[in-house]
Amino acid sequence: MTILPGSVGTLSALDDVEHAIAPEPSGTALLKDMFFGQASTIFAFSVVVIFLLVAILAPWLAPYDPLAQSVLSINKQPSWAHWLGTDQFGRDVLSRMIHGSRNSLLFGLISPALAAFFGTILGVTAGYFGGVVDRVISRVVDLLLAFPELLLAIMIAAVLGGAFWNIIAVITVAFIPGFARVARASTLAVKQEPYIEAAVAVGLRTPTIIIRHVIPNISAPILVLMTLWVASAIRLEASLSFLGIGTRAPNPSWGNIIRDGLNNLFGSPWPIIAAGFAITCVVLSFNLMGDAVRDVLDPETTR
Amino acid sequence: MTVAPSLSRQQPVASVHPGPLLNVEDLSIEFGPKGTAVRVVEGVSFSIDAGAAVGIVGESGSGKSMTSLAVMGLIPSPPGRIATGRILFEGVDLLGLPRSRMPEIRGRDIAMIFQEPMSSLNPVMTIGDQIGEAIKLHEKMGREERRQRIIELLKLVGIPDPERRLGAYPHQFSGGMRQRVMIAMAVACNPKLLIADEPTTALDVTIQAQVLELMHKIRRTLNTTILLISHDLGVIADVCERVIVMYAGRVVEDADVKTIFRSPKHPYTRGLLQSIPRLKDENTRLYQIPGMVPLPGTIKQGCPFFPRCPDRIDKCALETPPLLEITPRQKAACWVAAEATS
Repeated sequence: MTILPGSVGTLSALDDVEHAIAPEPSGTALLKDMFFGQASTIFAFSVVVIFLLVAILAPWLAPYDPLAQSVLSINKQPSWAHWLGTDQFGRDVLSRMIHGSRNSLLFGLISPALAAFFGTILGVTAGYFGGVVDRVISRVVDLLLAFPELLLAIMIAAVLGGAFWNIIAVITVAFIPGFARVARASTLAVKQEPYIEAAVAVGLRTPTIIIRHVIPNISAPILVLMTLWVASAIRLEASLSFLGIGTRAPNPSWGNIIRDGLNNLFGSPWPIIAAGFAITCVVLSFNLMGDAVRDVLDPETTR
Repeated sequence: MTVAPSLSRQQPVASVHPGPLLNVEDLSIEFGPKGTAVRVVEGVSFSIDAGAAVGIVGESGSGKSMTSLAVMGLIPSPPGRIATGRILFEGVDLLGLPRSRMPEIRGRDIAMIFQEPMSSLNPVMTIGDQIGEAIKLHEKMGREERRQRIIELLKLVGIPDPERRLGAYPHQFSGGMRQRVMIAMAVACNPKLLIADEPTTALDVTIQAQVLELMHKIRRTLNTTILLISHDLGVIADVCERVIVMYAGRVVEDADVKTIFRSPKHPYTRGLLQSIPRLKDENTRLYQIPGMVPLPGTIKQGCPFFPRCPDRIDKCALETPPLLEITPRQKAACWVAAEATS
C-alpha cells in the first residue's frame, strides 16, 4: 500500500472493472434438477404424488364404504369386484387402503411440521443464548433422545390414550429432540458469522436477529430433516396402529389393516400384502425425496 | 456518479453538542474471570471532533479493534469486560446507558464497517433488504421511499444499475462490491460516527484504493466523522488527518498525520515507519523492530515497549509513561521523547 495521499485518485479509472454480476441459477432449474436428476427420484416423486392424490380424493376414489361389513363376502380373493379382495368382516380392502392413506398422510405431514416448529424454537434458543438456557434445554433433549422414538411414543400413547391429536402429540414429542439438536448445532455455527455481528452493529434487537438472520440460515438442514422424517412419522403411525394404540378400529389405517390382517393371515393374505407394500413404497419414496432435497440444498454433497 | 440531494439533507446543520463528538477516557478492557483477568486495553484516552477523520494504527493484539468494539458496545461479554473508563458520545456516557438503549444508537448514530466483506452479509437476504433493514429500524419511511433511498445509497457507493442489484444476493457480488454494500449499509441512516475496522485488509490493492476513495467520498458528501482502524499506516494517511498509535493495549502516540510522518516521537512509531518499504532504496533489507509484542498481561510495570526499545533509559523499566504532550499537536507516551523536548 502506498503512503502517498492522493495517489488513489488515478486508480478510480478501474472503477468499472469489477462490476460484473454473477448469474443466479433460476428456481425452476433447481426444481427441475431436484425432480428429474435421477431415475430413483422420478420414481419417488411419482409415488408421493399418487399417494397425495389418493389421500385427498379418497371418498371419490374408494369403490366401497371402508366400514361396511358384509357376511356374504368374507375373505374373498382379488377379483374385478374387489381388486384387493375382502377381509374377515367382508370389508373391501382397496377401499380401506385408500381411506387409510389419509391417516398416514395427516400424521406424516402434521407431526414433522409441528416437531420442526417446536424443535427449532428450542434449538435456536439453546444455541443462541447458550449458558444456563442451553444446558437446561440440551439436557431435556438428551433425556428424550435416550428413549427410542417408538418406545417414547408407546409410553405417551399408553398414558394419554389413542385419540387423533394424542397420536399427533406423541409423534411430535418423539421427533422434537432431533430437530432441536440440528437447530442448536446450526445456530452455534451461524452465531459466529460476521453478519450476525454486523446485524447487531446496525442496531437490530435479538428477536429480529434470530428471526431474520439466524433462522433463514439454518432452514436448509431443518427442511431436509423434515422431509426425511415424514417417512418416519408414517412408519411410526403404522407401528402404533399395529400395536393397537394408534388409529382405533374400525377406522382404517395402514397399521391396523396389517394388525387385522395378521389375525386372519390364513383367511386372506391380501390386506397384509397391500398395506405392507404401500407402507414400504411410501416410506422409501419420502426417504428418496429427502435425499434429493438434501442434494439440492447442500451443494457440497456429491452425487 | 452524482449523489441525490435527499441523502445529505438529513444531516443537521451544526451539532448541538459543543465538545468533541466522541471522547474516550481511561478505557480499560479485560478478558477472563475477575482476579486472573488479562487487560487487553489499558487506560486508553482520545477524543474525536465532529467531522474529523482519525485513524488508530497498531499491530495485531494492540487493542485497536477492542477499542472500536467497546465504542459500539460489542465487547463479547462474558468473557470480556470494560474495567474502567468512560465513552462519551455527544457528552453522553455510552457505558452508563441501560443495555436496551444501545440498539437505538447503533446504526443510527454510530455505524461500523467490518473487516470481512465476504462473510459480513447474510447469504440468504438480498442486499436491498439488508440495507433497508437499518433504515426500517431507525427511520419512519414508506416502502417506496425506502426503496429510493436504498437505490441512492447504492449509487453513492458506486454500484451501477442499482435498481437491478437490489434483488441480488451477496454471493453474486465480488469482495470489493460486497465491501461497498457493507459501506452502504453502514451509512444508510447517515450516522454521525462511522467506525471502519480494517475495511481494506481483506481486499486486493486496486480494490483497496477504490474503497479508500469511497471513504473520502462518504466524508465529503455526508460529512461523517470517521474512525478508521488499520494496521497499515498508508491506509490511515490516505483517509485521516490524525493518527493514534496503539501498542500492547495502550496509546503510545497521538498526532497529526503529517507530524507523525515528519517527526515521530515514540520509538515504536519510528520503528513502524522505518519498516515501510521505500521506492528509492531497492535492495536493502526491510527494517524490523527486534523482539516480539508482549503477551497481554505480561507487562507488570514500566513501559510496554521497554524490552524492544532502542532508546530505553532506566526510568522506562520502572515507570509506565503516561501520554505526554510533546508539542500542542503531538502526544507520546515516552520518557525519552518528553525529556528531549523539555
